[in-house]
Amino acid sequence: MFSEWKFTAKDIAEKPDLFMSGHRACAGCAPATVLRLIMKALRGPTIVTFATGCMEVASTIYPYTSWKIPFIHTAFENAAANASGIETALKVLKKKGRIPQEQVDVIAFAGDGGTYDIGIQALSGAVERGHDFLYVLYDNEAYMNTGIQRSGGTPHGASTTTSPAGTVIPGKLEYKKPIADIMVAHDIPYAATAAPHYWRDLITKARKGIEVNGPAFLHVFAPCPRGWRSDISRSIEISRLAVETCIFPLWEAINGEYQLSASSKAIALKPERKKPVREYLQLQGRFRHLFTPKFEKIIDEIQHITDERWQRLLKKCGIA
Amino acid sequence: MAIVKQKMLALNGDEAVAYAAKQSDVDVVAAYPITPQTIIVERFSEYVANGEVDTEFVCVESEHSALTACLTAATTGARAFTATASAGLALMHEILYVTSGCRAPVVMAVVNRALSAPINIHCDHSDTMVERDCGWIQIYAENSQETYDSIIQAFKIGENPELLLPVMVGLDGFTLSHTLENVQTLPDDAVKKFVGTRQFPLVTTHEGKTVPFKLDPKTPSTIGPLDLYDYYFEHKRQQEEAMGIAPKVIRQVHEKYAKISGRSYGDGLIEPYYLEDAETAIVCLGSTSGTVKTIVNELRSKGMKVGLLRLRTFRPLPVKEITKALENVKAVAVMDRSLSFGGHGGAVFHEIRHILYDTSTHPYVVNYIYGLGGRDTHPNLIHKIYGDLQRILETQRIKEKVQFIGLRE
Repeated sequence: MFSEWKFTAKDIAEKPDLFMSGHRACAGCAPATVLRLIMKALRGPTIVTFATGCMEVASTIYPYTSWKIPFIHTAFENAAANASGIETALKVLKKKGRIPQEQVDVIAFAGDGGTYDIGIQALSGAVERGHDFLYVLYDNEAYMNTGIQRSGGTPHGASTTTSPAGTVIPGKLEYKKPIADIMVAHDIPYAATAAPHYWRDLITKARKGIEVNGPAFLHVFAPCPRGWRSDISRSIEISRLAVETCIFPLWEAINGEYQLSASSKAIALKPERKKPVREYLQLQGRFRHLFTPKFEKIIDEIQHITDERWQRLLKKCGIA
Repeated sequence: MAIVKQKMLALNGDEAVAYAAKQSDVDVVAAYPITPQTIIVERFSEYVANGEVDTEFVCVESEHSALTACLTAATTGARAFTATASAGLALMHEILYVTSGCRAPVVMAVVNRALSAPINIHCDHSDTMVERDCGWIQIYAENSQETYDSIIQAFKIGENPELLLPVMVGLDGFTLSHTLENVQTLPDDAVKKFVGTRQFPLVTTHEGKTVPFKLDPKTPSTIGPLDLYDYYFEHKRQQEEAMGIAPKVIRQVHEKYAKISGRSYGDGLIEPYYLEDAETAIVCLGSTSGTVKTIVNELRSKGMKVGLLRLRTFRPLPVKEITKALENVKAVAVMDRSLSFGGHGGAVFHEIRHILYDTSTHPYVVNYIYGLGGRDTHPNLIHKIYGDLQRILETQRIKEKVQFIGLRE
């Protein structure tokens, strides 16, 4: 199913960048790091397509582009449909001998708005049809491009511009949609979660998603200092804490079989390593209001839902 | 080039569309079923299921994705086709603009049908008229034969490297889509030769390299970037320039097609019918023109100087041709099968009236809104319109500029 691709840090450093510097992402932007790392995972000719979102806007301001490989953006809600059309065209043009008989991979990128909310129909349809492509969700947990509005991927208690923490309401009332599980429920051959601090795991999973025949879904945690009101130097630390608190556990599901990835597995084996969510929340201004007597109980709620989801995941992985 | 031997088939309008697409060496069809175009998708999937085409058929989950997939397939270098109607076209609205903006020459059949609410599956032109500004070429067919011919021509028009414009071919819901007609069809190889293979104009990338305009890993380019106030306006202007060249291309393709098929529809842009000496004329588009022609024949046999101008191409609007065709007519009635609410008449009326403003003859121009939601266009209505025009000439007075016809008042 997967090649035996092995790489060292040096290999990755020496591999030419395909997502180039000069883009206009903010300081501390983890999504930009995610894109650069995923571009290191390519195995050959690749076409990239994007949903509307910060990384599309920041990387392709005409007449400039950060992309060294073919790139197309069309709209917000249709990244997976973009990929469907590209993949189908490549298939038929190859069949008719109009393009070289070589493998060309297709990767669709979308943010949380373009995936959890407005893009889920096109994504679900493309996966059901079995197109051979990798879909990467870079999840910065709100509509950051338009000014930090809540999405289906925004976590409970986070203050956004459309779920503001007020005197009565403590930020977003709803919980984060389990999007990767929804994709696994499509009987997708490969789905995984990844985070930029664990770059080796991220690159390995992106490569698997590219190599697998049929659709693959990669959910990447992507801290956004602007939207999360966090220090621009701490995005990678926040990414690590999300995994260590089990707010964002790392796993992969190959043909529906869940397995924990190393850093989350280590916590499963030694539960005392699991950190309280408070440590993760306190680094981010979007949760600042939770550290007041009035809303402090929300932290307990977040801890509770995190523990509950973690236990459910352990069960799926055959642990606990 | 000689006229090729053709085969007569009994086809309804939908089947004629599917048959034309089948013969046009289409690479990708992405479509979603929506009445009354569903038969197009059904027939085409049968061709795929029976191995009669090597097209990839993608049965998508929505019209929005149908057009998106066609758009990206076309930018990857494929010939792409889809079909829709009414609500489906409305759902595509956003991507209609993206398709023309990305200069993707997708061809789409639109089976014209009323928009909700109330929901109604029957014919009118509300769906395509509201999309007249989206940067697509619009051709309206009078019958199934013309529908077949127009789909084949559409590929050749849209893919012209000077244009790279998407094309929609409108056929009236049920009146054409579901009515069996004898359709002369060209041999497969003649159509394949006529449409040829896609050619890609060369463009300059951000790195200053000259590359074919498509997504190709060997010659990477970025399509669909963020384009702000410093360049967007010029790009929109380029689309309009392509629209400016389009009438010439449409005429040439139409002429070339006539040489192998023996069939023509005016000059491909407009079809004047007994207009040379006409004093009164109707302007309309779509299948209604068939009914109007019958009445014109009838009235002409009684010595009345009546005529018809059928608009075949509505976008780009053939301004020069329309002006020339109507400049000697004294009173014109424009029939609109759609309504621009609060806009003082329908879309075709607006166009014709503004064109005629520039003529020295300044004919009377009135508007009739008719046939919404599939209301039958009875020959009596056409008689009444010609009668009204006659009265305008006699009294030198317009009683009502915009009126509704064929409904309860």
